[in-house]
Amino acid sequence: MKRAKRFEILDKRPVNLDGYIAEWPEKGFVAMKSPYDPAPSVCVENGRIVELDGKKREDFDFIDQFIADYAINVEQAEQSMKISSLELARRIVDINVTRAEILKIVSGITPAKMAEVINYLNVVELMMGMQKMRARKVPGNQAHITNLKDDPVQIAADAAEGALRGFAEEETTMGVARYAPLSAMALLIGSQAGRPGVLTQCSAEEATELELGIRGLTTYAETLSVYGTEKVFIDGDDTPYSKAFLNSAYASRGLKVRFTSGSGSEVLMGNSEKKSMLYLECRCLFMTKGAGSQGIQNGSVSCIGVTGAVPAGIREVLSENLVAALLGLECASSNDQSFSNSDMRRTARTMLEFLPGTDFIFSGYAAEPNYDNMFAGSNFDAEDFDDYNVLQRDMQVDGGLRPVKEEDVIRVRNKAARAVQAVFRYLGLSPVTDEQVERVTYAHGSKDTPARDVTADLMAAEDVLKRGITGLDVVKALYESGFEDLADSVLNMLKQRVAGDYMQTAAILDSGFHVLSGVNTPNDYMGPGTGYRVEGERWEEIKNIPHMIDPRDI
Amino acid sequence: MQITEEMIRKITNEVMAQLRAQELQAKSDSPLAGKDRINEKRTDYSGYPRAKKGTDPKEVVIGVGAAFQREIKRTICGIPLEEVLQNVKAGIEEEGMVPRVVKILDTSDVCFMALEAAKLSGSGIGIGIQSKGTTVIHQKDLYPLSNLELFPQAPLMTLETYRGIGKNAGKYVKGEQVVPIPCTNDPMSRPKYQVKAALMHIAETEQLDPKTGIIEWEG
Repeated sequence: MKRAKRFEILDKRPVNLDGYIAEWPEKGFVAMKSPYDPAPSVCVENGRIVELDGKKREDFDFIDQFIADYAINVEQAEQSMKISSLELARRIVDINVTRAEILKIVSGITPAKMAEVINYLNVVELMMGMQKMRARKVPGNQAHITNLKDDPVQIAADAAEGALRGFAEEETTMGVARYAPLSAMALLIGSQAGRPGVLTQCSAEEATELELGIRGLTTYAETLSVYGTEKVFIDGDDTPYSKAFLNSAYASRGLKVRFTSGSGSEVLMGNSEKKSMLYLECRCLFMTKGAGSQGIQNGSVSCIGVTGAVPAGIREVLSENLVAALLGLECASSNDQSFSNSDMRRTARTMLEFLPGTDFIFSGYAAEPNYDNMFAGSNFDAEDFDDYNVLQRDMQVDGGLRPVKEEDVIRVRNKAARAVQAVFRYLGLSPVTDEQVERVTYAHGSKDTPARDVTADLMAAEDVLKRGITGLDVVKALYESGFEDLADSVLNMLKQRVAGDYMQTAAILDSGFHVLSGVNTPNDYMGPGTGYRVEGERWEEIKNIPHMIDPRDI
Repeated sequence: MQITEEMIRKITNEVMAQLRAQELQAKSDSPLAGKDRINEKRTDYSGYPRAKKGTDPKEVVIGVGAAFQREIKRTICGIPLEEVLQNVKAGIEEEGMVPRVVKILDTSDVCFMALEAAKLSGSGIGIGIQSKGTTVIHQKDLYPLSNLELFPQAPLMTLETYRGIGKNAGKYVKGEQVVPIPCTNDPMSRPKYQVKAALMHIAETEQLDPKTGIIEWEG
């Protein structure tokens, strides 16, 4: 065929580099609704659920059983299930029905009912639902802080800059897993150099992650994964019960923790049991609630390439986020994985969480260039900071970030790098040269920094574990090295573990270490004139971007 | 036989589900809607020789995926599987070690594939290669989800990487200090390849035949 020039140009557009696939429910390639999804039902006998979504108790798999026993309010169940799904969908968007009323009704519904309700909502209605159902009054944001070299000095500097830019939580991970203790320590120090009160975590193998938390080298955890079918759970050597146990281990030491799920994982692992992505994700979220977790990171997350490839996939992603909020869970709403070659498409996808606001719009945003993002790339990265700030300003929306001054960024990056240098020296870990501090201070990414001695770093990392170094040792090292303010901040972060208030739903800390959660600052949106509005000091901050025309220059 | 209300409901549900599936297939864009498989048939390997545990301390066993060189002929980025195998084997031989190839029919999880290969290997070092190209170097006494080296981003693999994998496996056998092949990262591989990865994994998994287990595969 002779090619039409317009089609030749269209074929080369970035959007056509993305993968797409038609619905194929038998293998789970279906977003909102599969012909094999069960019809909602519940039957209670003697205070126990004996039938769930068309299945009798004797036919339950371990997920059904866990949900029936721990995730559904039995006293509320029959009454809630009587309300038609259409009626319930309408109440979710009705500004005259409070968040508390919705939470009460939803506490008694089943996963299949939840999926049915959500299918009545289009994306605008889903956003309206999220605006009302988000747990915390003020939305927040989370960053990824990583680099290709696993360089702890760069982690500290990027953490400081990220904290200054407004991220309330920061998460790191490693290319070489053994670096974990140094990464966690650098992130803890760097975050406090940017803004006191920022929470930090280190995504690692489960036992290591728990140990770093117990030692006070991290201040929250996130990587407790759950899946929507029994087979996928078993392949990962897990059950809902083992996840609940791990959750309690963190809770016993006063650490904030959330679970992780997201559609597409069951498809990718080849065991979706022919169900829709939404229904399977509902099961994950009910399990999360049943396990007693305060929150979830979800929204397809690392499987967005699958969910994003099917029709209504992105509508399904927002649906998952809303289901989390409807269950009263803190929602860290993904946007954290590269998803499209098209700038238009990746921005549109993020607007669905950015506009209504979620507890954490990203989980997380790459606060480094994407080539350094060790979660295999985020949907937005450090090169998008100004775009994001302008979007907040254009729409008068609080996306959790703020414009910053170059001199302030240089100052906090340098302080963080010097603090890590001092702590490593005090604790006798691998050395950090002045040249490295200088280059990291001004660096954009790891292409601009000198190489570390990897062997020395890995020996130091092992040493941290062997010697039993804790957060308190970091406090002491900072104090003795002349960083009294950072010592005070890290100590205050450790105190949260004793107080425990920040384990409440959707908790973050302000610069004075006060908890802002869904409990003491709940979302009270009930239509125009209510809820969180971008105004006052925060609006002034958002308005004030660099690169504005000065009329006097004309 | 007594017909209960529940039986009627069950039958009705099943019929409805079938009707819905047929309807879906009729109006679907997917050539596979209503079907449970990508390839209609599972290749029968029951007549092939079962893989034995090796005794040569120089041996490195390469465990390939169930669809390798049959249903799937190229990796996710188009490298012919025959050349993948040639290069891994050449890498092993360059270190003076001896490669042996088996086909793993009881799992499509690359970590478990590599571990099974390692357990069959005379040296205790094995390599697992999925048909889409994802590769792991394993040692027989490690935990399944642990490994010596993992190459998770199949789209970034080249023939040089596969040769390097063979060489490193050979060096592990000799107990040398091995420098792992450096990490690579392409933030844009997910949007382009994740669906293809899911489909290739389905095509591999549907060829599994746990009864036959592991067979000798001189591909």
